[in-house]
Amino acid sequence: MNYLKLLALGMIVLIAAMAANWAVDLAYQVHALLVMLIAAWVFIRVLRGIDPLNIPQSTPSGYNDAVVRVGVVATVFWGLAGLLVGTFIAFQLAFPELNFDWGQPFTNFGRLRPLHTSAVIFAFGGNALICTSFYVVQRTSGVRLFGEQLSWFVFWGYQIFIVLAATGYLLGATQSKEYAEPEWYVDIWLTLVWVSYLIVFLGTIFKRREKHIYVANWFYLSFIVTVAMLHVVNNISIPVSIWGSKSVQLFSGVQDAMTQWWYGHNAVGFFLTSGFLGMMYYFVPKQAKRPIYSYKLSIVHFWALTFLYIWAGPHHLHYTALPDWASTLGMVFSVILWMPSWGGMINGVMTLQGAWDKLRTDPILRMFVLSLGFYGMSTFEGPVMSIRAINSLSHYTDWTIGHVHSGALGWNGMITFAAIYFLTPRLWGREKMHSTAAINWHFWLATIGIVLYAASMWVTGIMEGLMWREVNELGFLVNSFADTVEAKFPMYVVRGTGGVLYLSGAVIMAWNVWRTIYEPKPSKRNARMQHQEN
Amino acid sequence: MKTPEKDPHTEVETTGHSWDGIEELNTPLPRWWLWTFYATIIWGLIYIAAYPALPFFGSTSNGFLGWSARSSLEADLQQHKDRHASLNNTLVDAELSNLQTGQELRQYALARGAAVFTANCSQCHGAGAGGTVGYPNLLDNDWLWGGSLESITYIINHGIRNTSDPDAQFSEMPAFGEFLEEDDITSLTQFVTQLAQAKTKELNIDENTLFVENCSGCHGQNATGNESLGAPDLTDAIWLYGADSDSVEKTITDGRFGVMPAWGQRLSEADLRAVSIYVHALGGGE
Repeated sequence: MNYLKLLALGMIVLIAAMAANWAVDLAYQVHALLVMLIAAWVFIRVLRGIDPLNIPQSTPSGYNDAVVRVGVVATVFWGLAGLLVGTFIAFQLAFPELNFDWGQPFTNFGRLRPLHTSAVIFAFGGNALICTSFYVVQRTSGVRLFGEQLSWFVFWGYQIFIVLAATGYLLGATQSKEYAEPEWYVDIWLTLVWVSYLIVFLGTIFKRREKHIYVANWFYLSFIVTVAMLHVVNNISIPVSIWGSKSVQLFSGVQDAMTQWWYGHNAVGFFLTSGFLGMMYYFVPKQAKRPIYSYKLSIVHFWALTFLYIWAGPHHLHYTALPDWASTLGMVFSVILWMPSWGGMINGVMTLQGAWDKLRTDPILRMFVLSLGFYGMSTFEGPVMSIRAINSLSHYTDWTIGHVHSGALGWNGMITFAAIYFLTPRLWGREKMHSTAAINWHFWLATIGIVLYAASMWVTGIMEGLMWREVNELGFLVNSFADTVEAKFPMYVVRGTGGVLYLSGAVIMAWNVWRTIYEPKPSKRNARMQHQEN
Repeated sequence: MKTPEKDPHTEVETTGHSWDGIEELNTPLPRWWLWTFYATIIWGLIYIAAYPALPFFGSTSNGFLGWSARSSLEADLQQHKDRHASLNNTLVDAELSNLQTGQELRQYALARGAAVFTANCSQCHGAGAGGTVGYPNLLDNDWLWGGSLESITYIINHGIRNTSDPDAQFSEMPAFGEFLEEDDITSLTQFVTQLAQAKTKELNIDENTLFVENCSGCHGQNATGNESLGAPDLTDAIWLYGADSDSVEKTITDGRFGVMPAWGQRLSEADLRAVSIYVHALGGGE
């Protein structure tokens, strides 16, 4: 078996070396060298008889928690990286000098922006989803994770995907499709990783000891399956050369645009909504120590959400070359989506009945509730913005950016932070987080940061939209594009300041997680308590 | 599996499921939620009937309102056109020289011209038409190719040094770095920067052989420029590429080749005339 592994790894090293030699562009060459080094390192580990993935022995709980632990650390790390880049590019928009002439083209906004979006959505959000889903599916199925080595391949494979994607953007390799920027070979790699993820997750479900599959797992599964489908279809492309990064999309024109936004909107729908609802359905009842509010609601809103979301993409293409009928359908499905989305919020918030008093003392629970509040807000704002008449004002303005961030910072960010605070003490056998005061600080810094961000973007977005369409008494346009850019400046500074606050909160969290992990040895009593609780 | 039991706080029964200690209440769907959901579905059906929404083979449903994005845009544009139809015809048909008269027409042309300028010209010449390095200021009375309404209209129509319109204004300042010695360029630079400081009288331009041999041909014996060649006046304080010695040296060494597109290929006749009148009226028109 090891000979087979060595042979395969040796081949990878060889092919990567050839690819680096014949590479036609810099990004491809750097990636080939990177792959060669990683494969060579694993090769040496296998040769010396060391388990390349360094799988630790099973934990006392009997669950595979080691892979969840590295996932939590990776989530914190990528969260900091993504928020840092985001805050920086926010200031680039206010102060273009920050694009740095000496750093061109690498420090350009155009290259850093996908670095930010991919880092927060796929690196931070993706790691959060993978590690929490591994944690949750084991607990709610009552069995150890399926596929010992495979789960580690999912983790490390996903990190390699992130590194390839991020370095690719900086070096100029991009498909120019929003949220699907990585080029063809990175897409193929992610497909392999994602299918492995599906196998690990489904395998665990199949061997579960519980009779029923818990609702959190429905959501996680719908997220994994749908993202696989979206990813494969939207990335169908033909490489210009197998020794270069550039590829050509199979679809063109409006078909390509529609495929892209079918993908783009459902990345929001299934990655950032369904997946995170999976997190919500486990961690909120656990933290509140209360039963889920309504089983019926969870069934109805799950299926309604899953059925309706997939049709909503065309609302990104109102008033374009997209035919009217598709635009109408996209809008109708988006509006009907309102209540199914709110089902998740109701089920989360109402789970707190009988535990409302805990909000005063438990900052983690408060974070969960705040995230549900932002979830409700942005899933109401979304349908409103999808209405054609409103979209004609909001489209292409900062209102969209504000909408995305009230969802991303408020819902995805806050629920992930809260889940990290839930998981860290449990995974490292501590009684609680190192500092509760620090969690409170994080809560308030993040909340004020989001308010500054969302409010400033609403103001500039609506102002910008109104300025673009402003006509004088004779019916002629009043403002030039540059006039709107100038008018937005103060709000861009406010937005950047909001980003600084949100980032500082995350830095405090990183410190808190660090201190919790490296706390002087835990007492035996705690470890035992932990074991029972698990 | 546990059997269903009553939750003490809400008095609602659980479903009897339990996962890792998580139970579920059997609360019915909230009524307001369900009815709002139904309402959005009914609204959706009506909306689908009202607007183009359903694809068939080769065609789509049209909706009982008869709306389409294209027709609604066309209606808007038509309304705008109809509103100004008579003024518009006058603007297109009148002789350029007569356009300065007539209060109503002038006001219309200025409003329309401002909108055309905002959308097409402000990118280079600035929203306030103040220009920047390499892109002339349109507010002053210094005109490279002439400041009459006719000249301005011609420039906007055909552009400068572009390759798309054979009637574009054309001239090319040589790159003197290719045939003058470095010393000569340095001394010319010094001379020209002094010209820019309006010391014309003290300088005796015709005694400077370097200038006479190389520059006077286009910029004139008095260095005051030549509008038919687009050669700038070197004795005023208005400098397209800067009057400091570094900029002047670069201009002399490499030449300059500013390009302006031919807007006649993109703008309607009415827009072209309107924006010409607007630019002419900005302050410096002759």
